[in-house]
Amino acid sequence: MLKSLYINPEKCTGCLQCEMACSYEHEGVFNISKSRIKVFDFHHEGRKVPYTCTQCAEAWCLHACPVEAIRLDADTGAKMVYDNICVGCKVCTIACPFGTINYNGDTGKVMKCDLCGGDPACANACPTGAITYVDANWTGLDKMRMWAHKTDTQPRA
Amino acid sequence: MAWHRKILRVNLTQGTCTAEPLNMEWAQQYLGQRGLATKYFCEEVDPKVDPLSPENKLIYATGPLTGTMASTGGRYSVVTKGALTGAIACSNSGGYFGAELRFAGWDMIIFEGRSPQPVYLHIEDDKAELLPAENFIWGKSVWDTEALIKQRHQDPLMRVSCIGKAGENGVLFAAIVNDLHRAAGRSGVGAVMGSKNLKAVAVRGTKGVGNIHDPKAFFAAVNAAKKVLHDNPVTGQGLPKYGTQVLMNVINEIGASPTRNHRDVQFEGASKISAEAMHEKRPTDGKTHLVTNQACFGCTIACGRISRIDETHFSVRTSPQYWGANGGLEYEAAWAFGNANGVDDLEALQFCNLLCNEHGIDPISMGATVGAVMELYEIGALSKEEIGFEAPFGSAEALIKLVKMTAEGEGFGKIVGLGSKRLTEKYGHPELSMSVKGQEFPAYDGRALQGMGLEYATSNRGACHLRGYMVASEVLGIPYKTDPQATEGKPELLKAFQDATAVVDSSGLCVFTTFAWGLPDIQAQIQAACEGDWSLEKLNLVGERIWNLEREFNLKAGFTAKDDTLPPRLLKEGCKTGPQKGAVSRIDIMMPKYYEVRGWDANGVPTPETRARLGL
Repeated sequence: MLKSLYINPEKCTGCLQCEMACSYEHEGVFNISKSRIKVFDFHHEGRKVPYTCTQCAEAWCLHACPVEAIRLDADTGAKMVYDNICVGCKVCTIACPFGTINYNGDTGKVMKCDLCGGDPACANACPTGAITYVDANWTGLDKMRMWAHKTDTQPRA
Repeated sequence: MAWHRKILRVNLTQGTCTAEPLNMEWAQQYLGQRGLATKYFCEEVDPKVDPLSPENKLIYATGPLTGTMASTGGRYSVVTKGALTGAIACSNSGGYFGAELRFAGWDMIIFEGRSPQPVYLHIEDDKAELLPAENFIWGKSVWDTEALIKQRHQDPLMRVSCIGKAGENGVLFAAIVNDLHRAAGRSGVGAVMGSKNLKAVAVRGTKGVGNIHDPKAFFAAVNAAKKVLHDNPVTGQGLPKYGTQVLMNVINEIGASPTRNHRDVQFEGASKISAEAMHEKRPTDGKTHLVTNQACFGCTIACGRISRIDETHFSVRTSPQYWGANGGLEYEAAWAFGNANGVDDLEALQFCNLLCNEHGIDPISMGATVGAVMELYEIGALSKEEIGFEAPFGSAEALIKLVKMTAEGEGFGKIVGLGSKRLTEKYGHPELSMSVKGQEFPAYDGRALQGMGLEYATSNRGACHLRGYMVASEVLGIPYKTDPQATEGKPELLKAFQDATAVVDSSGLCVFTTFAWGLPDIQAQIQAACEGDWSLEKLNLVGERIWNLEREFNLKAGFTAKDDTLPPRLLKEGCKTGPQKGAVSRIDIMMPKYYEVRGWDANGVPTPETRARLGL
């Protein structure tokens, strides 16, 4: 079953455990400036929103890459950046409509979410279930269940 | 190894920033943050200095777990000689700033001297520079300062810790605020910062924290400890849902809620300003006061409150800048503006809270000092003319005016800004200052809870609930329940609490974890992150060493055993109502025993044997 990251901002507290887990997984350090997932703080609305790559089926970044450094991982559906091929031209960062692929000045390559090979560190670290890793074809299942539960068409006794 | 082993020394007089290696011998003895900064401070500063003189220093310090994935690992402390107290000050803050400082590669910043002009410190990884604050952020609020700095440096990811107008104006209980509403709040650390012409510290770090001693053991310990927090009813459910405000009704019912400057121990309006009230829909706009909870960096508890003030309330009707979601009332602030003054208007309390965040003020000392003003007014020692308006207990209007005037340094506000001790002395009633060593009590009555009374009297930074939270045992039954009125066993328990808290405050973790965590949960994380021996035995010794080092600083600063006391009201006037009715503080019984278990002589001075045992 193909799985996908699913984000529910209502549950996010802004603790940044996801950003730390992501950076440690990929860089071996706790360093949120190297995280592939970012939590945005809309302070005066009282909202925190984690945001990362959604692994588009027709990925703009992949198609824009002139050296084919971005490729599909068939097992996870992740669009992977191959560091040994990437030349750091940043065209993918322009092509991505969501801004979720970014240049890493320390390596001279771009970086994006790779779903950690199918076991995303961010979802594992999230203490509130704001980030989960679920069936890619049924990311709406929990929301459907919630609304289904509210549906009351039974005759009352 | 966890520590970066690098500190930044900023000489404000000369305008220089210099990197130095961290003294690792001291790190092994004092861990980090509170302990290690206090060690540096005591080695470098004469205890008799005027807190507002250039000779005082101001230290920003992180712990070895700050900026790691350990839950709540985002804390930093500010250590200095307190402007309000003249005692050692150590004020701890959460938010995101502390972790960012670590990500930039620094364990600590030592500020010394006084800048000839207002400045702010800008740190970008290894680069540190002092930049002019005049005609830029000097004179601005905490909120504007953060926005302006981010704008000038074109860096929305920067973290800012700064003072507001109160710190600039010499309010003796001015706070240092980071991330808009997280504060190193108590003892006047913001006034010291202001006296140094230092407005802000702005940090961006991209290096991270990577030198974990044993990563595998660290993740195992961190994950196990996160589960403990999650499964505990206080840290897993109570605090996220209700925040610290969960205590408002609990403490009031047990008759331990100081009310109207400690005249009473129960507040009839408590339920109107409680956590439960924050969840109720307002009749005016149909919205709840509380918007959501919020975590500090790395915290899996998330007790922080984000509230939205009622736009139709008289305090903000014409001030839209206060209308959005913003830092909300925690228990201490709600109590200090509410119970301490007999004000039961939730929106008014939130407005005062916003003013404190905006201008950099400790809400506890602010609210409690207003309580003293109101009592002086009621007994006729302060007139309407002197204050500028009527100020009886219960008046939300007077409360708000007094907070505004204090922040702006206007008129009578200048005197309020000196704190309750100096204020009540000026008007001939020093007995009405509800303080210890010059610092106002927080939200628990020292008569109703005997252990808390002893805790206040012996706290190294003046009255404070966060040096050894006896409420945990006397009310909540953590780690076991004790009778609030019992005196036996309290000195021993308090010593254990004080020493353990000193360890937590030196690690980078938040003391609220100890609702669920015991020292072994914390020990496992420290041991895995840091090289060397960090056994429970050693940590207990480190905590005790820190406590005694702080004590010795205060003794050298001129404090004596006579200062280990409470205001006469708590020693003589019994609780008027509630389950603790008639109770007065029995620190007279407990203090000799406390000195004994501390290994101090009858004058409260550590004996040579104690000093030798602790390596002081």
